Amino acid sequence: MFKQALGMCPFLAVTTSVENALGMGAAATFVLVFSNFLVSLFRKVIPAKVRIPSYIVIIATFVTLVDLLMNAYLPALHQSLGIFIPLIVVNCIILGRAEGFANKNKVLPSIVDGVGMGFGFTLAMVIMATFREILGNGSWLGFNLLGESYQNQPMLIAILAPGAFILMAFILGFFNIMEKRKRGGAK
Amino acid sequence: MINSMLMWVIVAAPDGGEPSFSIAKMMAIIVSAIFINNYVLSRFLGICPFLGVSKQLDSAVGMGAAVVFVMVLATLGSWLVYHNVLVPNGMEYLRTITFIIIIASLVQLVEMILQKFSPALYDALGIFLPLITTNCAILGVAVLNIDDKYSLGYSLINSVAAGIGFTLALVLMAGLRERMETANVPEALKGLPLAFLIAGAMSIAFLGFAGLGG
Repeated sequence: MFKQALGMCPFLAVTTSVENALGMGAAATFVLVFSNFLVSLFRKVIPAKVRIPSYIVIIATFVTLVDLLMNAYLPALHQSLGIFIPLIVVNCIILGRAEGFANKNKVLPSIVDGVGMGFGFTLAMVIMATFREILGNGSWLGFNLLGESYQNQPMLIAILAPGAFILMAFILGFFNIMEKRKRGGAK
Repeated sequence: MINSMLMWVIVAAPDGGEPSFSIAKMMAIIVSAIFINNYVLSRFLGICPFLGVSKQLDSAVGMGAAVVFVMVLATLGSWLVYHNVLVPNGMEYLRTITFIIIIASLVQLVEMILQKFSPALYDALGIFLPLITTNCAILGVAVLNIDDKYSLGYSLINSVAAGIGFTLALVLMAGLRERMETANVPEALKGLPLAFLIAGAMSIAFLGFAGLGG
C-alpha cells in the first residue's frame, strides 16, 4: 500500500483521527470485497471493450450502498468523512484490483484478495492516523494520551493539510530505508 | 429578453428560491477555490495526477488545461442532470453512480470530438484525458457543488476556479520538482517522499491564505 502510492486522496484526507481511518478502511474494504466478487463473477460476461465502465458502475453501486448505510447507522462518522465516501468510487486501488486481479481470477480468490487489500489499506491508514492524532490532538482513538497541557497546545499542523504531506514523506522514506536494509541483508 | 431569461436560468437557486447573484459571493468562491481551499493542497482531491504528472512542466500545463475543460463540462452535466432528473424523481441517492457515468462518458466524448475536429489539441491533451476519469477532483467538484447548494452559475464559476487552482498547484509543483531532480537529498527520500515534502511545504504556504476569505 505505501509502496504503490495508490488511493492517496482519501488516505491523506481522512487520517486526521484513528476513528475516521477505521471508518474509511471499513467502507473501502466492504466495497473492495463486493466489487471484486461481482467483477469476478461476471468476468466472462462483460466484453473487454466496455469493461472499465462496467467496473465503475459496479463499484459505484456498492459505494452508494455504503453511503446510505453509513448515513443511517453512523451519521456522525458519515458527517466527518463527508465527500470522501462518494469518492471511494474513484479510488484507484479498487478499480486497480478489479482490473488487475478479479478480472482474471475465480470468485473465491477474488474475495480473499479484496479482504486482504482492504485490511492492508485500513492498516496503513491507521498507522498514519496514529501519528497524526497523537501529534495533533494528544489522543488515540479518542483516549487522552498526552494530558491536558499538551492538548491545550498541540502540534496542530499534524492534523492540518501540510502535516499529512510531510508525515507521508517520512513514512515513505522510512519504508525506503527498510527495504534497502532488507535487500542489503539478502546479498 | 432572451438575455435576462438566460441570466435567470444561470442564477436561479436550485431549491426554487429567488434568483440571486452577487459579485462579492462570486469573488469569494473564486478566491476560496483557488487559494484558501485549494483542491489539491488543502482538500486532498486529485493527489494521484498531482504526483504522477508533475514531473515535467509541459505535461503539467497540458494536464491542467484538460482538467479545467472537463471539470466545467462535468459540472454543467452533473448539475443539470441532478436538478432536472434526479431531484424531481426523488432519486438523489443515485448521485454517485450518475455523476461517475456522466464524467466517464463526457471524457470519452471529448476525446472523440477532439480527435475528429482538432487533432492538434488532441495531441496536446490526448494522453491526459483517460486519466481524468479517475481524478477525484472532478467528481469532488461535482459533488461539492451539490452539497454547497450552489446555483448553476456559481457551480460553473467554482469549477473553473477549482480547475485553475489545480493547475496552479500542478505547475508550481512541476517547476519545483524539475529543480529538485538535481538536488542532493538523502537517498531514502528520493522520488516520491521528496515530492510529498515539497507538497507539504507548498501546503504550508497556501495555509497563509486562510485568513483571506474570513
